[in-house]
Amino acid sequence: MKVTEKDVAYVAGLANLELTQEEQAGMVRDLNSILHYVERLNELDTSNVAPMAQVSDRYGVDGSKPGTERFSYASREDIPEGLRKSLAREEALANAPDSDGVFFKVPKVIER
Amino acid sequence: MELTSLTIDAARSVVQERRTSALALAEAHYARIQKEDGQVGAFLTLSKERALEQADRIDRMAAEGKPLPALGGVPVGIKDVMVTRGVRTTAGSRILANYIPFYDCTAVARMEAAGAVVLGKMNCDEFAMGSSNENSAFHPVRNPRDLTRVPGGSSGGAAAAVAADMAVVTLGSDTGGSIRQPASFCGVVGLMPTYGRVSRYGLIAFASSLDHIGPLAKTVKDAAIVLRSIAGRDPMDPTSADLPVPDYVAEVDKPVRGLKLGVAKEYFGEGLDDEVRQAVETAIDNLKHLGCEIVPVSLPHTPYATPTYYLVATAEASSNLARYDGVRYSYRAPGVKSLSEMYRRSRDEGFGTEVKRRIMLGTYALSAGYYDAYYLKAQKVRTLLVRDFEEAFTKVDAIVTPTSPTAAFRLGEKSNDPVAMYLADVYTVTADLAGIPGISVPCGKTKEKLPIGLQILGRHFDEATVLRVAHAYEQAS
Repeated sequence: MKVTEKDVAYVAGLANLELTQEEQAGMVRDLNSILHYVERLNELDTSNVAPMAQVSDRYGVDGSKPGTERFSYASREDIPEGLRKSLAREEALANAPDSDGVFFKVPKVIER
Repeated sequence: MELTSLTIDAARSVVQERRTSALALAEAHYARIQKEDGQVGAFLTLSKERALEQADRIDRMAAEGKPLPALGGVPVGIKDVMVTRGVRTTAGSRILANYIPFYDCTAVARMEAAGAVVLGKMNCDEFAMGSSNENSAFHPVRNPRDLTRVPGGSSGGAAAAVAADMAVVTLGSDTGGSIRQPASFCGVVGLMPTYGRVSRYGLIAFASSLDHIGPLAKTVKDAAIVLRSIAGRDPMDPTSADLPVPDYVAEVDKPVRGLKLGVAKEYFGEGLDDEVRQAVETAIDNLKHLGCEIVPVSLPHTPYATPTYYLVATAEASSNLARYDGVRYSYRAPGVKSLSEMYRRSRDEGFGTEVKRRIMLGTYALSAGYYDAYYLKAQKVRTLLVRDFEEAFTKVDAIVTPTSPTAAFRLGEKSNDPVAMYLADVYTVTADLAGIPGISVPCGKTKEKLPIGLQILGRHFDEATVLRVAHAYEQAS
């Protein structure tokens, strides 16, 4: 067992999840089973392999250009209002669980 | 004339020639949904008002004798991970159950600009995380070919609706196989374009480096028509490629004689169902008879693709899903007393089990002390997987494989074993990681009459060849 209940509680905190007791037990079992499955990656020697976060710096760009110049097509003039106008306040607030018509409302942030 | 069994061109023509109206076409599909969808469960929300307005616009164009655009009057469905202005968009999640977006996803806007009539939003696994559509927070989807079976996932509703003639085409999304695998299970065509070919603007993010939008359709040509309508640079998505969009519809008819098709033994190993293997081998023989040259290729890192995928995708998901905080537009748990309690309880009550499992795995893989061992390791193996394809594509024009190792499984069959469920995507995750295009096209049925899918993978931005091979196979079979 690589992942313990304590680890699960810690990671749940990082992820802002409050798991029930039952969920925690299930998570210990599932994470261990998945991590056991992904262990097979260690069969590969990757010491001289560069990591790849995404593919679009290799394909669909002009590879003859160095570094970020490849993406020059994706840059644009700074338009203060944005490509799309900002949402009107009432639109921005329309999906909020709680608001006073001007601001989003949340429970008290600072505990005394 | 059966109004709900038309292809795109047939549907557009009957509206153009005023043999029927776009309105009647939409109504016929709504009637079909009314009759069939109670047992299938493909739709989450119907956008009738918006559909009828668009149909009316198209009918006026036809009445004035104006030529209709490529999708003029064609009834379509949109997977509920693409935002639609004024139409509830849930991502199949309780956390977005009441979310009404204020803007349209670019792909949806382009479909409508091309004349499509959006009937409604398609059920899917929550945040597109799943391979069976059983992870929808609302209700599962059943496979219209056999109601005891799953339709595949995560675009299960999108595939089922096309299979059951409730929409002519639908848009789905594919992060690990979520267009191709359900297409295979439901016996329809599903195309995942190259990463960057179609804008992701307005696609609710799951794993940003892996997410793709693409069509599910009755024919390969229909998939080509949709791709031509939605592809191309979009200033709102900086990762959308600034490359010209070929006329995919003209490309599908080009001959396939002389094309080199790779067959990799890694896609025919342990876990592949015998009936699926036979069907795919027969399909490869058919392609040979059409004049393609079959070339053995090796993609040696394929067995490492699924573990790589489940680290990369979950890491990205844990970051993308951090935005659901109960403040601006997502579910908030009632009765919370502090801000941190609000975050935690809203997310615990709003997310389903699989989503929480993936957020946990991704957070763990990114956390201090584990980053190098898991996330960084997976990124390195991703490089090896990309190299496999680069090497293979120096020898062949496309690669043919099974889409999924089995035909559709039963509801509940894999829902308690996450790893078993993940293996349903074992042949599809590779293309997402490499960013190459892939299509699933029906290639026969099992003895139990369940559809089987043939997958064709191509070079980056070479959807044309993928479509061409798929079309040739479809026409010959």
